[in-house]
Amino acid sequence: MTTFLLRRLVNYLVLVIVATSFAYLLAGAALDPRSNYQGRNPPPPEYVVDKTLNEYNLNDKTPLLERYVTWAGNVATGDFGKTWEGVSVNEEVGRRIGVSLRLIILGVVLGSVTGVFIGAYAAVKQYGAFDRGSTFGSFVILSIPTVVIAVLLQVSAVFANDILGLKFFQYTGEYTPGLEGGLLTHALDRVQHLVLPTLTLALTQVATYSRYQRNMMLDVLGSDFVRTAMAKGLRRRTALIKHALRTALIPAVTYFAFTFGVLLAGTTFTEKIFGWHGMGELLIDSISRNDINSVAAVACFAAIAVLIAGLLSDIFYAILDPRVRIR
Amino acid sequence: MTQQTVAAPRSGGDPSAPVLEVTDLHVTFPNDRGPDVKAVRGIGYAVRRGEVLGIVGESGSGKSVSSLAVMGLLPESAETTGSVRLYGEEILGLGDRELSKIRGKTVSMVFQDPLSALTPVYTIGDQIAEAVRIHTDASKERAAARAVELLDLVGIPYAAQRAKAFPHEFSGGMRQRAMIAMAIANDPDLIICDEPTTALDVTIQAQVLEVLKTAQRETGAAIVMITHDMGVVAGFADRVMVMYAGRAVEVGQVDDIYYRPRMPYTMGLLGSIPRLDEGAEGPGHTALVPIEGTPPSLSALQPGCPFAPRCPLAIDACRAEEPAAEPVGRTGHLSACIRSGEIEEHGWSPQDVYPLPAIPEAPAAHVPREQRETVLQVEGLIKHHPLMKGAVFKRRIGSVYAVDGIDLDIREGETLGLVGESGCGKTTTLMEILELSRPQRGKVVVLGKDTATMTQRDRTSLRRDLQVVFQDPMAALDPRFTVADILSEPLRTHGYPAGAVHDRVRELLELVGLEPGHAARYPQDFSGGQRQRIGIARALALQPRLIVLDEPVSALDVSIQAGVINLLDELRGRLSLSYLFVAHDLSVVRHIADRVAVMYLGRIAEIGTVDAVYGAPSHPYTQALLSAIPLPDPHKERERRRIILRGDLPSPADPPSGCRFRTRCQKFLILNEEEQKECVQREPQILPLRGPAEDHGAACHYAERVEVI
Repeated sequence: MTTFLLRRLVNYLVLVIVATSFAYLLAGAALDPRSNYQGRNPPPPEYVVDKTLNEYNLNDKTPLLERYVTWAGNVATGDFGKTWEGVSVNEEVGRRIGVSLRLIILGVVLGSVTGVFIGAYAAVKQYGAFDRGSTFGSFVILSIPTVVIAVLLQVSAVFANDILGLKFFQYTGEYTPGLEGGLLTHALDRVQHLVLPTLTLALTQVATYSRYQRNMMLDVLGSDFVRTAMAKGLRRRTALIKHALRTALIPAVTYFAFTFGVLLAGTTFTEKIFGWHGMGELLIDSISRNDINSVAAVACFAAIAVLIAGLLSDIFYAILDPRVRIR
Repeated sequence: MTQQTVAAPRSGGDPSAPVLEVTDLHVTFPNDRGPDVKAVRGIGYAVRRGEVLGIVGESGSGKSVSSLAVMGLLPESAETTGSVRLYGEEILGLGDRELSKIRGKTVSMVFQDPLSALTPVYTIGDQIAEAVRIHTDASKERAAARAVELLDLVGIPYAAQRAKAFPHEFSGGMRQRAMIAMAIANDPDLIICDEPTTALDVTIQAQVLEVLKTAQRETGAAIVMITHDMGVVAGFADRVMVMYAGRAVEVGQVDDIYYRPRMPYTMGLLGSIPRLDEGAEGPGHTALVPIEGTPPSLSALQPGCPFAPRCPLAIDACRAEEPAAEPVGRTGHLSACIRSGEIEEHGWSPQDVYPLPAIPEAPAAHVPREQRETVLQVEGLIKHHPLMKGAVFKRRIGSVYAVDGIDLDIREGETLGLVGESGCGKTTTLMEILELSRPQRGKVVVLGKDTATMTQRDRTSLRRDLQVVFQDPMAALDPRFTVADILSEPLRTHGYPAGAVHDRVRELLELVGLEPGHAARYPQDFSGGQRQRIGIARALALQPRLIVLDEPVSALDVSIQAGVINLLDELRGRLSLSYLFVAHDLSVVRHIADRVAVMYLGRIAEIGTVDAVYGAPSHPYTQALLSAIPLPDPHKERERRRIILRGDLPSPADPPSGCRFRTRCQKFLILNEEEQKECVQREPQILPLRGPAEDHGAACHYAERVEVI
């Protein structure tokens, strides 16, 4: 089992390297940091621009492959280079990574767990009111883009705040700057800010997972082993949870790796709309700023995140399903 | 083993009452888009402690549904009415909480397919321990220890280790043992077995039935045994209930049902079984009792007796009203037929009631075997499948010895039965022959032409003479083709005159007993037996000389099976065909074949004329195989001594050295060391046996004729 996972890990590392390299080469070929300087008023002399660009390994006069080699060498030592303004990309990413991870992890956990339970329950009550309701809700959510969901949530939050007469739902930023108070006040403030963006991410996850889990659950509900479990004397509910859901969870775990990519894209919009300074925001901003090194760093982060999700899927699969365990 | 030593009914129950008493049970599945399906229509029975009740019937007769209704395990949409009393207390309509206290404790169940009936993600031991812990306050360790004890009791070797295995690591027979272990975990008063051996091979079936008998002895429980196999219950049940179209049509002591059936359906069912213990006086003389038609649809029942449309004794009164079960003959014998009294009075047998079709004799039958043309000859045929490993760079790590050197031949007008358990290589042999190409090793000669030297042209023209009928008639017929398309395709392919195709299709349908007017229908519009007839008609289209039949009747119910077997028998005589008949059912082979070859792990263990091999089998495997088959004859069944084989079939990728059967052989055990060495070191070849029958050989160093039936 361990050797299997190690082999998987090596495969994944190769994939991360390939993905990040492609991202760098693509960004290097398409983006033009020189224009950032040339657009200034008055335009700086060319030799100054060249000097600065050379310093940051961003000069388009150097062949792309050469720049790539320099960049790759630095990345190998853990340095992702500088932004076009000379700020360390590592620092920039370090500041943002926690922000994004908080959103992503909460979104994933909340979304998948809720989705699985809603789907399983809907399957048990097939064609009942709950099943019809959750089916309708899922399709509504799935047909709305994340951007619209986020904006809708903001609008509803304003509406709710107005009705309640207090500002419980916060919809801009990660926390209230300059807030006075103790640890508890700060924690509460962060939670208030977290609710809406997390919900934005989780809703799509809930919708996809509930559809998927409902189908998986329906497949096992009529199976003989659930009948056997009840024939042994298990209550229906226990048999459904312990035998049916446990078995129907296995395919959902593989699904985890697939939904992760969608989730990352969703984070980009969510961060932008709610004014969170995370990795998604960095990606969009760095593209518009022709910031090659930041784009490559974000791509690397995304690749690693997706591959960790893949690895986790493998591990969970092996834990859940004894049939694939390799000894 | 026991936590309670005496019959301890649930609190409040009456200990003198029957363990289970079912009265007027009805189960209906409502259907929004059509008439409701009335799966069970008023059945009643009682089982007392220690008693075995057999419920027999064909698919769709309502036997399984009624037992699930008793346990409250039907889907919620099912409507169940009537009464189910456990020790006199009503349990029908109890809630999930109350029922869950009874299930697995007082009443437990063994299901048909043990792979899907066990949860794939938990170990066998855990699943049995769970059953223990639900009903007792045993600790985890205690329950685990008890699970091992139970596995040991049902005959799983190395129980402590095997308890940690997952269901997919168990063979079919072992899984069924585990199911039985689970069922007896809490000393139930009643065990309901729903087709417990249907998915298993005969030798494994014999093992499992033996385990069930042990389980009953240990627990003293009553057993309700549901099966479609009249043989399985003959030696096991005390009483038998025959079901048809959701009702009990005949109930009685096992001997009354088997020796004095008084309901035409039961009579037909008994007569339609090919008998292992009755040698045909040569094919062409006997036919099986066929029951015409098909069981009625349970959603559109006509008034009157549901069996009337298929019954040779039906009179107008039968179609007026559905008869109730009335006493007939000896006490406790009930039959739902208005003419039961007449049958009793005249003492009619199935053969008296059902008109038997005349089976013509093959023209070649009178010519001595040696003088007839050889239509198929197989010599030293070998087929090994490579075992590969690795995802990108595949490398061969071994071979599956699917067919490992077999010889056989078929003469004109003759039927050779190729029998053996699943995985013995019989289907591979057949596929190799059908391929008509050079085998890996050995020689296949079809109608005098060696497949190794054949051109593509020869092959195409030879396919006219060599046809095949497959096991699953639904999968073998293209659902988008009409019957006419299916039958005319081979004709067109081989250049049959286009103008004559239509007439030939009608002729073929008539030949296999189907309505020529149905040619425009699709396979889905036909029943299983009719579909198999279409498959046979397709094989006959080009007037072949040799037909290869791969388990042609094993997917069919017995009453339908009899009709198809009779048809095959009749066609052989009329069209002077030769058959290679591959089957796992030895009774069917005895009925239809002239010669039989018994396969074990890719080799032929014994070959010879049917009468010689069945009458006095001389290979220990054949002896075990024959003794494992239950006979539909209660007296013989009770007196028989079974040879119970040890363990499961070894993997064909790693067959034992020397004689392949020695690891399970009952004879090997009683040999002395010197003799055993021979079995381990030298692979036995098929040698002709000395004695009365000339055409009889066995691949055993110590072959010895023994009568086992």
